[in-house]
Amino acid sequence: METNTNWLAACRIEDAAEDGGVCVKHGDIQIALFYFKRRNEWYATQNECPHRKQMALSRGMIGAATGEPKVACPFHKKTFSLNTGACLNGDDCENLKTYPVKLENGTVYIGINPKS
Amino acid sequence: MNHKNIIIIGNGMVCYKFCEKLRSNSSDFSITVFGEESVSAYDRVHLSDYFNGKTPEDLALAPMNWYQQQDVRLYLGDPVTSIDRVRKTVTALSGRTASYDYLIFATGSSAFVPAISGLEKHGVFVYRTLEDLNMIRDYSRKAKSAAVLGGGLLGLEAAKALLDLGIYNPAVIEFAPRLMPRQIDPAASRVLQSQLELLGLRILLNKNTSSIDGQEAISAISFDDGTKMPADMLVISAGIRPRDELAKSCGLETGSKGGIVVNEYLQTSDPDIFAIGECALAGQTIYGLVAPGYEMASVVAANLSGSSKQFNGFDMSTKLKLAGVDVASFGNYFLGEPHCRTITFEDTQKGIYKRINISNDGKHLLGGILIGDAGDYNMLMQTTNNQIVLPAAPESLIIGTRDTNSSAQGINALPQEALICSCEGITKGAICNAVNEQNCENLDDIKKCTKAGTGCGGCVPMIKDLINYALKAKGRQISNTVCEHFDYSRQNLYDLIRIHNIKSYNEALDQLGNGDGCETCKPLVSSLLASIWNEMILKRGNDTAQDSNDRFLANIQKGGSYSVVPRIPGGEITPDRLMTIASVAKKYNLYTKITGGQRIDLFGAYLSDLPLIWEELIAAGFESGHAYGKGLRTVKSCVGSTWCRFGLHDSVSFAIRIEERYKGLRAPHKFKSAVSGCIRECAEAQSKDFGIIATEKGWNLYVCGNGGSKPQHALLLAADLDSETCIRYIDRFLMFYIKTADPLTRTATWLNKMDGGIEHLKDVVVRDSLGMAAQWELEISQLVSNYRCEWKEAVENPEIRKRFRYFVNAPEEKDPSIQFEKMRGQKKAAEWTTA
Repeated sequence: METNTNWLAACRIEDAAEDGGVCVKHGDIQIALFYFKRRNEWYATQNECPHRKQMALSRGMIGAATGEPKVACPFHKKTFSLNTGACLNGDDCENLKTYPVKLENGTVYIGINPKS
Repeated sequence: MNHKNIIIIGNGMVCYKFCEKLRSNSSDFSITVFGEESVSAYDRVHLSDYFNGKTPEDLALAPMNWYQQQDVRLYLGDPVTSIDRVRKTVTALSGRTASYDYLIFATGSSAFVPAISGLEKHGVFVYRTLEDLNMIRDYSRKAKSAAVLGGGLLGLEAAKALLDLGIYNPAVIEFAPRLMPRQIDPAASRVLQSQLELLGLRILLNKNTSSIDGQEAISAISFDDGTKMPADMLVISAGIRPRDELAKSCGLETGSKGGIVVNEYLQTSDPDIFAIGECALAGQTIYGLVAPGYEMASVVAANLSGSSKQFNGFDMSTKLKLAGVDVASFGNYFLGEPHCRTITFEDTQKGIYKRINISNDGKHLLGGILIGDAGDYNMLMQTTNNQIVLPAAPESLIIGTRDTNSSAQGINALPQEALICSCEGITKGAICNAVNEQNCENLDDIKKCTKAGTGCGGCVPMIKDLINYALKAKGRQISNTVCEHFDYSRQNLYDLIRIHNIKSYNEALDQLGNGDGCETCKPLVSSLLASIWNEMILKRGNDTAQDSNDRFLANIQKGGSYSVVPRIPGGEITPDRLMTIASVAKKYNLYTKITGGQRIDLFGAYLSDLPLIWEELIAAGFESGHAYGKGLRTVKSCVGSTWCRFGLHDSVSFAIRIEERYKGLRAPHKFKSAVSGCIRECAEAQSKDFGIIATEKGWNLYVCGNGGSKPQHALLLAADLDSETCIRYIDRFLMFYIKTADPLTRTATWLNKMDGGIEHLKDVVVRDSLGMAAQWELEISQLVSNYRCEWKEAVENPEIRKRFRYFVNAPEEKDPSIQFEKMRGQKKAAEWTTA
């Protein structure tokens, strides 16, 4: 698996939003990168909210529901698991695509599947 | 098993209740109902709501499929016309016959119509059934004047209905020297009369109607004192007559003044035939209320199902709203000296009269009357019925305001068997049990679970108190905590943040909360921090705890672009500033629109353009309009005395002063204001959270109005204020709101939920009953002096400015996903996918 992953250098750690998201450009793709500073965790998902197809999740608030890390879309407050991308509101929203994140020498990398 | 046949004559409220009770006891009966009306049983108690917008469906006690589900055969529009007691069969108008093992009369009553000549004329109606109401409504369209015969309970209901139909100043004609002579005492009649006159009714007393005059249709009414009054319409509502004619014709014993004679089991002179409700004469009494009718239904249903139950009279305490005026009587309300001591309280200005009758030893409440304010009815009735020992100063029962503490103590003192809902026969014990055992937590749960409160509804306030009482006793705090991360209410958090000098969301979470936060508590705590300290909301770490709009100091729009709203205080703007807005809009290709709050909204800005746009606006002297924040929006104004020939004061200057004072102040929700220069109210101040209207002597201050989806007029807080006092009252009002409102609660809703309502608000703000005024004025002045334009700070701070980049790894690029379309020479956001 590791060998199949291309790592995109997204930004420096200090450029990320603490306990929030930023938007990363990868060609025509927009990726939301979240730095959950309180938990010292990093997540990356698609930036588009599946509900109304808005490029907005990087501007949403992050938090936790009974320990599960989540992001709430700023448009209609749909929430999604940052771990699995699953919609947490119990309606039929599609899941978010999630990406692995790693840190090296102060740089944040997002794992991109070469086929995508 | 061979099912016994039960036939019920009449499909009214009591019949419905009987079917329901019998079915819940046993399914061993075949039930058939013959109804005279063409609709199934409906709520006759709230009949006059029909003219207030309730539909027949709303008033129906159960939908038609209920009868099918309950296996009740229902024949509507087919009254029973004869009974053969030997063969035990009934025959209906349609010729349909059916045989019974038990027959139930639930024929109810009809309107009592006195013998007056001219009853047959067009325009003369009775007020009894939905059909009557339809005819009254149709006829009223061409009637200019109308009268009601009967100044009792039903007559006043009918008079209210005429008012609702748009009849101007309908008359109520009463034979006795006062209104409701059988239900209330003379002093109460007087107070009731003056309240009803204020509502637009004309009350004629001591009038004995001698004839109804006119050709085909009524044109006047003559009285036996020789006077005459013109009327296009007359509604007769002078009492009820039990429907006993069918019982009489088949040889059952009836009373000399009407009513089918029954024993304590509601059995008629034929043991297989019963009578329940208003047609039954039980213990020489006709019970013309729904609760005893329901009790009769339940007695017969119980006895037929094998239990043993008796009907031994009924508490006739009632609480009604007659044309909007509370009228209640309980216990032995007509008792007087020397049989008891009487305490009365009368406030003619507010239209309130209260009387309580107390035992001579001062220990027990025996009965009483309440007009104008029946808020204490349930507790007083319970105190009477359960013989609760009175406090040393019993006048406190009717004088002074009801505080929640004393009401909780009162509830605590009631025995478990205290009957709370007399329509359904539900006790305090049963309600508490439903809370404890069946986890009912609110009125709807209790209604579903116990049916309490589903009849006349008079006990509903007490049920609510009981639910809270039982929940508390259960050790469960009535939950208004913020979310799983903060076990406090907003109000508690406000105080804690201030006491602990907390300045950031993460500090609040570490010191007062648990877990990692969420989209509910983050904006709430951020709003509190802003309300308390009024510091820059985008300080590092706090920025991501803001609602998205606050985080980017702009409103996100469809498609992901933003709108920009510079502050235009009071709606006053110079041509030069208009040119600045125009040139910025052109340069950044923004859609422009005038808002409802007298300013200009610029739509379609890219996130990464926001600091550039604001830099130009700020250079021209603009400030943030906080259109994105939960705080002061605009203070609208009319042009006032500077130009307007009607203007009393300079409303624009005062609006600007107010807007400058409270700009940037954050609150539980957005709030708006307006100042009008005269009573013509062109600024629409009465639809605002606080609105100011010029008077000859100063300013009137109105509060807690709202436009939007639930419009509500603001209420007068104080009149004829000078400018300084007006601002001081607004300071106090806003601080009280900011400190105590629930999250995302506008001032109108906040007031609606406030115990004591506007009077309490006046006490706190004007009379300083909490002793907080000086501190609140000080706190507001600190917030005012801490104000900085947050957009100015944002564009001047490179670290904050960086956060408006769209791509963290491509700072120069705009959001490529944003698309616009053309419309009327400007752009608009592309429609979003609704898949």
